[in-house]
Amino acid sequence: MILSVASGKGGTGKTLIATSLALSLKGRGKVQLLDCDVEEPNAHIFLKPVISGSEEVLIPVPHVDENTCTRCGKCAEVCAYHAIAVFGEYVLTFPELCHGCGACSYLCPEKAISEEGRESGIVEWGHSDTIEFAHGRLNIGEAMAPPVIRKVKELAHDNGTIIIDAPPGTSCPVVESVRGSDFCLLVTEPTPFGLNDLELAVETMKELDIPCGIVLNRAGFSDDKVEAYCRKENIPILLTIPLDTEIARLYSRGVTLAEGLPEWREGFVELYGKIWEIVDERSRCPQR
Amino acid sequence: MKEVVVLSGKGGTGKTSIVGSFAALAKNKVLADCDVDAADLHLLLNPELKDEHDFWSGEVAVIDPEKCTQCGLCQEICRFSAIDNYTVDASSCEGCGFCSRICPPEAITMKERYSGQWFISATRYGPLVHARLGIGQENSGKLVATVRQQAKQLAETQGIDLIISDGPPGIGCPVISSLSGASLALLVTEPTLSGIHDLERVLGVCRHFSVPALVCVNKSDINEENTHHIEKYCLEQGTEIAARIPFDNTVTEAMIHGKPIVEYSHNGVAHHIEKLWEKITGTLAG
Ligand code: SF4
Ligand code: SF4
Ligand code: SF4
Ligand code: SF4
Repeated sequence: MILSVASGKGGTGKTLIATSLALSLKGRGKVQLLDCDVEEPNAHIFLKPVISGSEEVLIPVPHVDENTCTRCGKCAEVCAYHAIAVFGEYVLTFPELCHGCGACSYLCPEKAISEEGRESGIVEWGHSDTIEFAHGRLNIGEAMAPPVIRKVKELAHDNGTIIIDAPPGTSCPVVESVRGSDFCLLVTEPTPFGLNDLELAVETMKELDIPCGIVLNRAGFSDDKVEAYCRKENIPILLTIPLDTEIARLYSRGVTLAEGLPEWREGFVELYGKIWEIVDERSRCPQR
Repeated sequence: MKEVVVLSGKGGTGKTSIVGSFAALAKNKVLADCDVDAADLHLLLNPELKDEHDFWSGEVAVIDPEKCTQCGLCQEICRFSAIDNYTVDASSCEGCGFCSRICPPEAITMKERYSGQWFISATRYGPLVHARLGIGQENSGKLVATVRQQAKQLAETQGIDLIISDGPPGIGCPVISSLSGASLALLVTEPTLSGIHDLERVLGVCRHFSVPALVCVNKSDINEENTHHIEKYCLEQGTEIAARIPFDNTVTEAMIHGKPIVEYSHNGVAHHIEKLWEKITGTLAG
């Protein structure tokens, strides 16, 4: 089962939930955690994995052979991102704009374009106790997260439980991360910002046809508009974690709930059970 | 014209609450919400919508099943695995147009992609430019650029020389788009290991684009040791800490009442934010 943990708003405790869940499932089959928040990866802070391998993420960018090139301009015409241009005698490439689509090299009539890799980030993998771990890091100054996310997801096992820590928001990096998931846990907090961003996240999951459930974090002292919204939309609240200074302190030190407050393990195992039921039921009536 | 961008690396550090307070404190300014995929600033500012525009950006491939001979070439060459079973998955398509150029019977056309909306609103603190990215859309960087450009235009026509923007989370395309060419970045962080890690990365981005930065440590008392660590790190980096704001539930209470903190209360936190704003205006006057 592939289970994503996402949140419309950042800083709701998404990574804390993803890592605590992963650790709580110890002894219940193979668990792999993929940190797809490649702009600000944090899961390693909580899991402290031993890294055993790494690989650069390379975007295939064009390299023009000046001798074969006739300056015909075809490459510039076909590039949707203005990453290659022809000015009189010069063919210029702008590698940081190139998406690596391959159109220019394929369509160059002289076959003057070859491709070379440009590093935009790195993926690393290893393990933390019995959990398999992988994450990606977008290089500073790079704009495009999706290629790094795709590379992290390529490391997914084909069985067992895969937990994906997705980036915050609703734009392309989120879609890239959660695509293909069987379920998405949305972590939110009961504040107006939390609710506003939750609504956007729920719409995103609807669009992608991924069933979702809620983890309500820092619950307790504020209004109950999130609960009301979930009732109205028929989205289950699967776990509630109170606003608690002890938890905040653990979080600040990079300690998961499973380790810092082991009594929470039970709650995470139950959470997993509920998700499993929803996914199982859905798989039996796919038309729904 | 001066432009201050408030960023946080990761979200949830109280960035938008601080921007909301700046909105109340700054005299003449245009506000810009550059967090286009989870915009929250409007929840504090009660905007009155004045102007609404659709945002079209990039393209998406569409296959005409009548013309398609199912030769499979497009599926083979698409580097983004966006075509399966002779149909394009719009959420995967990067809009590169490669498939449309090689399809033998020319069954593929590129269509403009609806990517969201942007708005100009009036608030009692001044004009606000904000936006809403279409669900799961790419090109959030371009939408951010549009918001900034509109804010600038508005400022110019109204003779205003300050723009305050609420920046997006992360370090990727929307952040780069909100940051490049700005006068000053305020980085709001919190003393958690995640917060520190994210701060280091977003500070790296500021440096990469040569934008001067100030740091604000929010909820500074939840872990004094980490706050100390941030102070040391900033000192080494030559980045000034402009404020340390202790944790206070008033921030959330103010949010629930839909008000900037400085208008909701006049206690400690509000005072810290006032001082922070003074610091920023001082730095901008430079
Ligand atoms: S398409 Fe090929 S030959 Fe034509 S300008 Fe580009 S690189 Fe040169
Ligand atoms: S690979 Fe695609 S994006 Fe890159 S330069 Fe060539 S046509 Fe443009
Ligand atoms: S290349 Fe054109 S004809 Fe061939 S499968 Fe794709 S759309 Fe159909
Ligand atoms: S436009 Fe590019 S990304 Fe989209 S389907 Fe065609 S080849 Fe794939």
